[in-house]
Amino acid sequence: MSQTQQAAVQRAGAEAVGTTDGGTTTPDAPPATQAVPTAPPTAPHGGASTGASRAVTDGQAAPRVPVRATGPLATQQGPYFGEFGGRFVPEALVAALDELDEQYHAALADPTFHAELSRLHRTYTGRPNPVTEVPRFAAHVGEGVRVLLKREDLNHTGSHKINNVLGQALLVKRMGKTRVIAETGAGQHGVATATAAALLDLECVVYMGEEDTRRQALNVARMRLLGAEVVAVQNGSRTLKDAINEALRDWVASVDTTHYLLGTVTGPHPFPEMVRDFHSVIGEEARAQVLDAVGRLPDAVLACVGGGSNAMGIFNAFLDDPEVRLFGFEAGGEGVTSGLHAARFSGGSPGVLQGTRSFVLQDEDGQTRASHSVSAGLDYPSVGPEHAWLHSIGRVDYRPVTDAEAMEAFRLLCRTEGIIPAIESAHALAGAVQVGREVAAARAADGATDETVLLVNLSGRGDKDVATAAAWFDLIDDEEPLHAGEGEQL
Amino acid sequence: MSTTTGTTTGTTTGTPSGTTTGTRPSPTGARLDALAAGTDGTPGRAALVGYLPVGFPDVPGSVEAVRTMVAAGVDVVELGMPYSDPLMDGPVIQHAVERALAGGTRVRDTLRAVEQVADAGAPVLVMTYWNLVLRYGVEAWARDLAAAGGAGLITPDLVPDEGADWLAAADEHGLDRVFLVAPSSTPERLASTVAASRGFVYAASTMGVTGVRAEVGSQAERLVEDTRAAGAARVCVGLGVSTPAQAAEVATYADGVIVGSALVRALADAETTTGGLAALEAVTAGLAEGVRAAATARGDR
Repeated sequence: MSQTQQAAVQRAGAEAVGTTDGGTTTPDAPPATQAVPTAPPTAPHGGASTGASRAVTDGQAAPRVPVRATGPLATQQGPYFGEFGGRFVPEALVAALDELDEQYHAALADPTFHAELSRLHRTYTGRPNPVTEVPRFAAHVGEGVRVLLKREDLNHTGSHKINNVLGQALLVKRMGKTRVIAETGAGQHGVATATAAALLDLECVVYMGEEDTRRQALNVARMRLLGAEVVAVQNGSRTLKDAINEALRDWVASVDTTHYLLGTVTGPHPFPEMVRDFHSVIGEEARAQVLDAVGRLPDAVLACVGGGSNAMGIFNAFLDDPEVRLFGFEAGGEGVTSGLHAARFSGGSPGVLQGTRSFVLQDEDGQTRASHSVSAGLDYPSVGPEHAWLHSIGRVDYRPVTDAEAMEAFRLLCRTEGIIPAIESAHALAGAVQVGREVAAARAADGATDETVLLVNLSGRGDKDVATAAAWFDLIDDEEPLHAGEGEQL
Repeated sequence: MSTTTGTTTGTTTGTPSGTTTGTRPSPTGARLDALAAGTDGTPGRAALVGYLPVGFPDVPGSVEAVRTMVAAGVDVVELGMPYSDPLMDGPVIQHAVERALAGGTRVRDTLRAVEQVADAGAPVLVMTYWNLVLRYGVEAWARDLAAAGGAGLITPDLVPDEGADWLAAADEHGLDRVFLVAPSSTPERLASTVAASRGFVYAASTMGVTGVRAEVGSQAERLVEDTRAAGAARVCVGLGVSTPAQAAEVATYADGVIVGSALVRALADAETTTGGLAALEAVTAGLAEGVRAAATARGDR
C-alpha cells in the first residue's frame, strides 16, 4: 500500500500537475465569508486536523473540502472526500473508530505488518492473480478494442473480498480483540470473514438479512462450516442494509472485545480509506501487468460499484493518470425510471446513511428507499463516499447497467471465454460492451490509430450465481427444480 | 445531591451547556433548573424525560399519548421522528417506528405534533436521526421547529464534530441541542461534547442501544460525574431505564431520567387504544413517583 501511494505521489508529481483533475478538486469550497460555526472548536476525530470547514447553504448539507483535496487523487485520506465521508455515528463508537484509525496507521508504518499481509496474499489468497486477455469476448465489444480482465475471481473464496478481510483481521490481532462481526448480502463478504476468522482463530458472527439467508442458504451453510455464527436479521427490509444496522447495534454494545469487519469502502472514517488501501493491491498489480502485456496504460478501467470496494481497489492506481478513463457501473435493475434499481448516482441524492455522507437512495423526507438488483452484491442504497467525491469532480464516470444487460454479458463471457463471472462483475462486462465503441471513437477523434485497451475488474466468480442464471435463462427442466429454489445463489 | 442542585441553579448562564447564545434561554434548561430548585414545600428533584415516537399507533394517537404522559408526570418530552434505519434503537422502538412509517407518517407530521403538544406543559425535544434533518435543510428545520414551539433536538447519530451547521442554526433560533456521551467517551470528547450541548447532556447509561434492561449500568453514575467534571451543568441519563425503582436510583445522581422503551411498550402491548393510554398513564405515574421519591432522598443527604 505504501509503495502504491508513494508511486502515486511520484506519478502525480511527474505527470498530473496542471491537469484538469488537479484543477477541479476544490470546486465546492465555500467562500470564506460564509457562516462559520460559532461553536468552540472541537478536535475532529481524535485530533486529526482535517482543515474541514462548513457553511450553511440554504439548508442543504454544506460542502466541506479538506486541505488534502488539492493533492494527488490516489492518496486522499479521510475523514472527508470533498463534501462526502465523515463520521455520522453514535458517540459510543467514536473511541473505537479512533483506536482503529490509530492502529491502522501504526500498522501501515510497520514493515512486519506488510510482510505478514504479503505472505498471506502469496501463500493463501493466491496473489498475484493474472490479467487475462479475452479476444473472443472483445469481438462483441467493438472492432479494434482489446479487453483484459483482472482476475480477482481466482482469489481464495472467489472474490476480491479476501484482500480487505485479511488486512482487517490482522489488525484485529494487533488490537488484541477476539471477536469479529460482519454484514453480508450475497454472502461473499461473510464467507471471506468466516474464512479469515477460522485462519486467525477469531470468534465470528455474521449478520445477514433473513430474506438473504433464504435466498443464499448454501452460503449460510458455508459460513457455518467455517465456524461462524450466522444471525438472520428480521428487521426492516430484511436485507443488507438491515444487516448493517444490526451489526452496528451489536458493535455499540460489544466494542471492547469486538471489531466490526466492514466489507466495503463505506461507513464511518476510517473504513472508506482503510478498505480502499487494502484493495489497492488490485490496481497496483493490474497496472504493472497491463504495462507488461500492452506496453502502455489502458485507455479505460471499468468496474462494478455496489459499496464500491473492488472499484476503488482497481481505480486507485490510475486516478492520477489523466489519460486513463475510469468507469463505474451501478446496478440499474429494471431500469432507473422503473424505481427498481440501485443506481445511486442516477437515481439518488446526497445524504447520510450508516455513518457516512454520500449518495443515497432516499425519498423526499430522507427515508431510505429500497434498492433492487439481480445481483445481491450491488443491491445497497448507498455507495462509498470516495466514489461520491470522484463523481462530483468528474474523475470517474458512473453509469447504470440493467439486470438484463448484465445477464447478457454474463452469458457472453461464459460462452466466449469459458469464464463464469459473478453477476456483480457481469455489470462491468456489460459496461465494456456499452462504452467500448464510445472510448474507441473518442480516441480516434483525437487522432489515435492504435487499438483501444479496456481493463475490466472481474471482481468475483459466478459459482454462487449458477442457480440465478439457471432460472434467468431457463436452463433447468421443470420436473427437476433446483434444490436451491428461485433466486438462490450457490 | 446538594452539589447537583447548587451547580445547576447557580450557574445557568456561566457554563457552556447553560450558555444562552440565542434569542431565548434554554427551554429545557429552564425547566430542569426549576425542578432542581424546587419550590416552597416541594423539594428539588430530577426531571422525568419521556420518549414516544410520532405516528405510533398513528399520528393523532401519538399526540394523545404524549399529552397523556405529560399529564401523568413527564416533565420533558422527547418526541421521536420515525426513521427507516434507527441504529441506536432496540426492538421495541424499532417496531413502533416501522409501524409509524408503514402507516404513512411523514417528517412534517412531527412538526404538526410538536405544535399540538407544545402547550401540554412540558418542553418538547425532537429526537431525530440526522439524515431527515439534512434532507429537510438544517436551517429550515431549525426555523420551523422553533416556530412550532419545539425546544430543540436530541441527535443520536450526530456528534458535534459533524454538526457545525446545526450548532449555528440552533444558536440562531434559540434551540437546545442535546448530544450524547457514552461510557467510552474520552475526557477530551466529554469536554468538546459538553461545550457544544445546550439544555442538557444525554449520558448513555451503558454501551448499547435503547431497550428495557434488568438494571441500569453501573457506569452511569460515574459517567454523570465525569460529564459534570467536564463542565456540564445538567446531565440526564437514558438507555435501559424502565422501572420506578431504576428511575428513583438514577434520580439520586442525575438531573433527569430518560425513559423510552418502557413507555412505548405500554402502548404497544395494549389491545385497544384506550387500554394503551391507560397503561401508558399507569407506567408514567409509577416513574414519576420514582423521581419524586428520589427527591426526598436527595434532600436527606
